[in-house]
Amino acid sequence: MAKIKYIEHNGNEHTVDVQNGLTVMEGAVQNDIPGIDADCGGGMSCATCHVYVKEDWYGKLPKKEMGEDDMLDQAYEPKSNSRLSCQIMVSDDLDGLSVYMPEKQV
Amino acid sequence: MIKTDVVIVGAGPTGLFCAHQLGIIGLKCEIVDNLDKIGGQCIELYPDKPIYDIPAVPECTGEELTNNLIEQIKPFNFNFHLNDRVQELKKVNENWLVKTTQGKEFTAPNVVIAGGVGSFEPRKFPTKSAEKFDGISVLYSIKDKTIFKNKSVAIFGGGDSALDWAIELSNTSNVSLIHRRDEFRGAPASVKKIKELSQKNIINLFTKYSIKDVKGNGSLEEVEIKSEDGESKTIKADYVLGFFGLIMQLGPIAEWGLNLDKKAIPVNTENFETNKKGIFAIGDICTYPGKLKLILSGFHEGALAARGCFKYARPNEKYRFEFTTASNTIKDRLGVK
Repeated sequence: MAKIKYIEHNGNEHTVDVQNGLTVMEGAVQNDIPGIDADCGGGMSCATCHVYVKEDWYGKLPKKEMGEDDMLDQAYEPKSNSRLSCQIMVSDDLDGLSVYMPEKQV
Repeated sequence: MIKTDVVIVGAGPTGLFCAHQLGIIGLKCEIVDNLDKIGGQCIELYPDKPIYDIPAVPECTGEELTNNLIEQIKPFNFNFHLNDRVQELKKVNENWLVKTTQGKEFTAPNVVIAGGVGSFEPRKFPTKSAEKFDGISVLYSIKDKTIFKNKSVAIFGGGDSALDWAIELSNTSNVSLIHRRDEFRGAPASVKKIKELSQKNIINLFTKYSIKDVKGNGSLEEVEIKSEDGESKTIKADYVLGFFGLIMQLGPIAEWGLNLDKKAIPVNTENFETNKKGIFAIGDICTYPGKLKLILSGFHEGALAARGCFKYARPNEKYRFEFTTASNTIKDRLGVK
């Protein structure tokens, strides 16, 4: 279990407990947190679950798998700290993670 | 005006199998899809990715699944209307008048919406100023490459479309290629070619840059790009091209009065009819208690929606359930003995 803070582009914060084994995307969708669309449902094929991860956390997350950067090229305003939240698996190590949503997903 | 029994919106696996079920029970349909090819997400998003949960098919790719579904409905000779999008649904007496963006019109007692997450459209530049030039000098696809001859063209993106066009247009235009990182996802041979052209100063390559602004009085004159640490550069550009892949947009479906719930259409689970008589929704776009977004669920939903359509398409006939193994009528429809 990890406490994850989702910060909308307008500054609204949502902190929820997300079970281990779920993805950061699923944590948002299951808790009705706005700002993450996840159109493809976690298949790493749409780039609509794009989030920014604060630099101090970015390095601690499991590395990107092949293909994630390719998808991020197609995201809305990707930056060097961009991730697809469907590719971040939640574990105890992620307790306290904050992710920031882009202005929009599409 | 095309008269038919059912208009299917969306040529993904769910729409295709629903068409099959309509064919089996003797109904006609016309299938409209915004993409230029049949297959929906299967063909656009994951043609090469294996799928492992199609019943009785241990493993197949999105492309194989699509090809098999096309093969399965071949006997019925249904028409596909690709590169077109259903724009408007209007009730006229007992029928639905269906209008597309290309100006086609259908009339049918039934419409089956199998639209997935919406229609695929190019992802556009985030910059507001780009909208002003959209379709004129800011483009997301190329129909006529001769317009770029002897012009300055700024191409954004790192995939095959961006690389291929940069290479192609470098023969006749002054090309700048801008990409947000220094790795490209395009084919390795194209990446090599781009690097060669850049070394020879035939292409101006800017990596780790993205668009900041487009400028011009009347016509487009220049594009401003920025690096992540805020440094910006201005490039002369008569045209700006963006190749960032496709996104799914619900589009006009949202305006059809179907009581949308989180971008999905509520249906009953008896025949997948919506709140409007004769409009059905199946596959990823429909929602009901227990909904699973699996292709196999879409098949089931399509089979039941087809029977729902029968009621309105043949009001004076009683639907008779038959097996494909036993029914001679069905075998005739399939053209088998």
